[in-house]
Amino acid sequence: MEKENKVKDTASDDDDCWWWLVQKGTTAVFITVGLFALLVRVAVSLHPYSGAGNPPKFGDYEAQRHWMEITINLPIKEWYRNSSNNDLRYWGLDYPPLTAYQSFIHGLFLKFFHPDSVAPFASRGHESYLGKLLMRWTVLSSDALIFFPAALYFIIVYYNQSSRTRKSELAWHTAVLLLSPCLILIDHGHFQYNCISLGFTIGAVAAILSGNDLVASVLYCLALNHKQMSAYFAPSFFSHLLGKCLRRKYPILEVSKLGLLVLGTFAAVWWPYLYSTQSILEVLSRLAPFERGIFEDYVANFWCASSILIKWKRLFTTESLKLLSLTATVITCLPSMVQQIKSPSKRGFLYALLNSSFSFYLFSFQVHEKSILLPLLPATLLAVEEPFIFRWFTQFAMLSMFPLICRDNLVVPYLALLALFVLIMNAPGQHRVRESNYLGSATMFLILCCYFVLHIVYLTMHPPEKYPFLFEAIIMNLCFSQFVLVTLGCNIKQWLLNRPAKLEETEKKQI
Amino acid sequence: MGKEKLSFKEVHHSHSPKTTLWWFFLVATCIKVLLFPSYRSTDFEVHRNWLALTHSLPLSQWYFDETSPWTLDYPPFFAYFERFLSIFAHLIDPQIVHLQNGLNYSSNKVVYFQRVTVILSDLSLLYGVYRLTRNLDSRKQQLIWSLVIWSPMLFIVDHVHFQYNGFLIGILLISLSYLEEGRDLLGGFVFAVLLCFKHLFAVAAPIYFVYLLRHYCWGGMVRGFRRLLIMGGVVTAVFASAFGPFFHLGQIQQVIQRLFPFGRGLCHAYWAPNFWVFYIMSDKGLAFIFRKLGFNVQTPTGSFTAGLVGDSSPFSVLPQIKPSVTFIMVLLALSPCLFKAWKNPQPQMISRWIAYAYTCGFLFGWHVHEKASLHFVIPLAIVAAQTLEDARHYFLLSIVSCYSIFPLLFEAREYPIKVLLLLLHSILMWSGFSAQFYDGAEATRVPTANSKKKADQFGSEGNSGATVKKGFAIGWIERIYLIGLVVVEIWGQILHPLLFGDKFAFAPLMLISIYCAFGIMYSWIWQLIYIVKCR
Repeated sequence: MEKENKVKDTASDDDDCWWWLVQKGTTAVFITVGLFALLVRVAVSLHPYSGAGNPPKFGDYEAQRHWMEITINLPIKEWYRNSSNNDLRYWGLDYPPLTAYQSFIHGLFLKFFHPDSVAPFASRGHESYLGKLLMRWTVLSSDALIFFPAALYFIIVYYNQSSRTRKSELAWHTAVLLLSPCLILIDHGHFQYNCISLGFTIGAVAAILSGNDLVASVLYCLALNHKQMSAYFAPSFFSHLLGKCLRRKYPILEVSKLGLLVLGTFAAVWWPYLYSTQSILEVLSRLAPFERGIFEDYVANFWCASSILIKWKRLFTTESLKLLSLTATVITCLPSMVQQIKSPSKRGFLYALLNSSFSFYLFSFQVHEKSILLPLLPATLLAVEEPFIFRWFTQFAMLSMFPLICRDNLVVPYLALLALFVLIMNAPGQHRVRESNYLGSATMFLILCCYFVLHIVYLTMHPPEKYPFLFEAIIMNLCFSQFVLVTLGCNIKQWLLNRPAKLEETEKKQI
Repeated sequence: MGKEKLSFKEVHHSHSPKTTLWWFFLVATCIKVLLFPSYRSTDFEVHRNWLALTHSLPLSQWYFDETSPWTLDYPPFFAYFERFLSIFAHLIDPQIVHLQNGLNYSSNKVVYFQRVTVILSDLSLLYGVYRLTRNLDSRKQQLIWSLVIWSPMLFIVDHVHFQYNGFLIGILLISLSYLEEGRDLLGGFVFAVLLCFKHLFAVAAPIYFVYLLRHYCWGGMVRGFRRLLIMGGVVTAVFASAFGPFFHLGQIQQVIQRLFPFGRGLCHAYWAPNFWVFYIMSDKGLAFIFRKLGFNVQTPTGSFTAGLVGDSSPFSVLPQIKPSVTFIMVLLALSPCLFKAWKNPQPQMISRWIAYAYTCGFLFGWHVHEKASLHFVIPLAIVAAQTLEDARHYFLLSIVSCYSIFPLLFEAREYPIKVLLLLLHSILMWSGFSAQFYDGAEATRVPTANSKKKADQFGSEGNSGATVKKGFAIGWIERIYLIGLVVVEIWGQILHPLLFGDKFAFAPLMLISIYCAFGIMYSWIWQLIYIVKCR
């Protein structure tokens, strides 16, 4: 309601067909969109999860359930330790302690309503109507309790700065944030808890945008302690905060304040394992599964895409590959880091998040196809500024997960969510971006045709026997090429950010 | 390929009303598709059986077949419709249309196929609502579309529970749109078609009859008689094309028996929130009091929901109700409206009258299903945007009637779905009506350019002191009533199981019926007063 009075500039609202939705203010918008997003999530959760009815190892659903079983039945010190009670080869915990705590809480919830589903040993491979329902509800509640408030926080902060934005744009951005098709598919279809770590990350980003660097670093550490993959964002957080600190009066004091806070958060989360180096190493070794090779299955990153030409796994040892991937990752995220240290800005920070997470996705060691969610997050935050890049990127992120989705029997929700995404991008009243460049639109049209044909081919045709993974390879290479273009474009944009500011300054001086 | 990011971008926005309508529909479709694996009632198997029956049997056997307990009990057009769908069903999977092997078939193929047919048949609803609203201004249009196309009741009944109500109500809306345009012959024709799809819509037939007689046929002996003949001919032709083949085969009696199974009880298994709930409850109450007073009251042996007519009365004190009684009561309730329609047949009132007729049928009819409230809630959405009072009434009615069908989805898995659908609908209505009437009050005062109106719409509290602002708000009685709904739900979901366990499992359902019956009765009285008052 307070917002309503702030937005006096209504000239741009003229042909805004969402007037009736947005006129009650941010709260009403958020409740409406939030309820709709929850509805979509609940509807997706009706569909099968990964590894449903597929013994002996099942899938991520069983992994999460098994962690709940482990955490509520074993003392905290044995969670990460291989023993007769805890066979680490069968879905051992391989996420940081916050995930374990979350499993513990959810495990208690399951134990209360359906003890069979988390009984020690006996519950392995447990599948039941009630079990599935309760598990789904744990994801839903984590989403509603962490991701949604974080998104609201971001929206409030983001639209507080620029008063010129239209209200329907705010509604649209909320919808885009809460209805990200990839995130919904992976969390509520495939079954994972990415909403928690991504929620903390959004919270951290919002805190940085509102100037609360200390809150931001705590939230980011929580994200990092829920899923180590959140480290994809580390370079941008680090460089932005460092750049900011360097601009302050006492840079060393500021840096040490942040450093202490980070250490403190880590210490709090890792407290049960801090009694000996041995136990810390035990946990750490679980987090870095180097033995699983540089990539698994098919993922649209550099190593997998180029493995058609260069057989990385055969040519190099794991040790040298580790080094190679580390160097490549660092080199590719250096430009955006340098930019943020040189001139940290809020907009630049969002671009830096995208670029650093992309360089990790494309070049780091052991990347899953699901990790595309990480670069997708900053792209979603930038959706209003870069609607085209966002749309393009999301579409190909979806495609890159398509083989996984097919394995999970989630094709129907995949198609529905993709359609919903396209509809939201083309919502009535939304400013539509149309290419006026014929060459550009022709290539885009061609790529989109390939996009749809690939879906149909993958669903209906069998690959030739000689190349059983032909279609996957084609899909991954197409996605890889598009991802590289996106990250190149965003790197350039991030660097170009320095220029307009200078131009404006010179203009002001002239005036 | 990199060029596309650097090339010049042209920003433009375009939205014709039709694209917006399609957008609404497609968003709803995405949700409907996501709901594919949700719970489905026996109605799903009913319709599958009808597909099989119409596909594998000759016409002469349709109304006789008893392979499955779910015999065909809809009029012939619906059977033809199922026959048409069965062609595609056969192409997709022959087992769907196999009379014996297909029984209780539940592979993904059959589920997806049948769910898709419901989604596609909803196109008639889309067309109906478009026809009815195409001359309104775009704000009202969008409001009405969001009420009808995103109606939570249609989601629950059609796309989870499984039925074809959207399709049938779409036909009703098309008929209403013709009547509103003054094209009475077409309106009557479409209504006749609708009756041959589902005869339960016949409750509104008296209104149609009186209205068409007065509005279409009246005026001059020769002209009137000629028009009466034309209308009669058209309606007869429709009925002949539906029932003709069965008449020819001499099966008309069997068909009628199937269509009107009066052997069923006064109430459906789950009591629809209507007048008879009060009747049953007062019977129970009186019996209880009489027993306390020392009278010898026999415990009834019959049940309200099943039991044949003529069997022992299910009531202990009050007189038994026969189908003819319900029939007369419906007609009595309709009579003020019939009188109005006779005196002054106005096209702009027809939607209200028809909705009123279905309300009467719902409240006083024989063996009414709780789903039948759709028949008046959807048409009332069309008039909900007209005045503030309409909006207030609709707000309450649609929440109550949606809540009253909650027991249809009794599994835990669908619980969040129905609750979220209702909440989403409520908040959409709330913001839609608020915007409509907040702005509407000022629009009447300042009939200037569009931009001016909108400039007033946002904020700017200070300069509009002169206007009387009539924002959308509901009265305190309504508020308390709606809060009561939440209490009823909490009682049924949490407190009752905690306190009584599995005992009296029917009590929460009964409570919902009774509580919602108050809301529907209120709506009936409100509609009645509105219709009587209106000149």
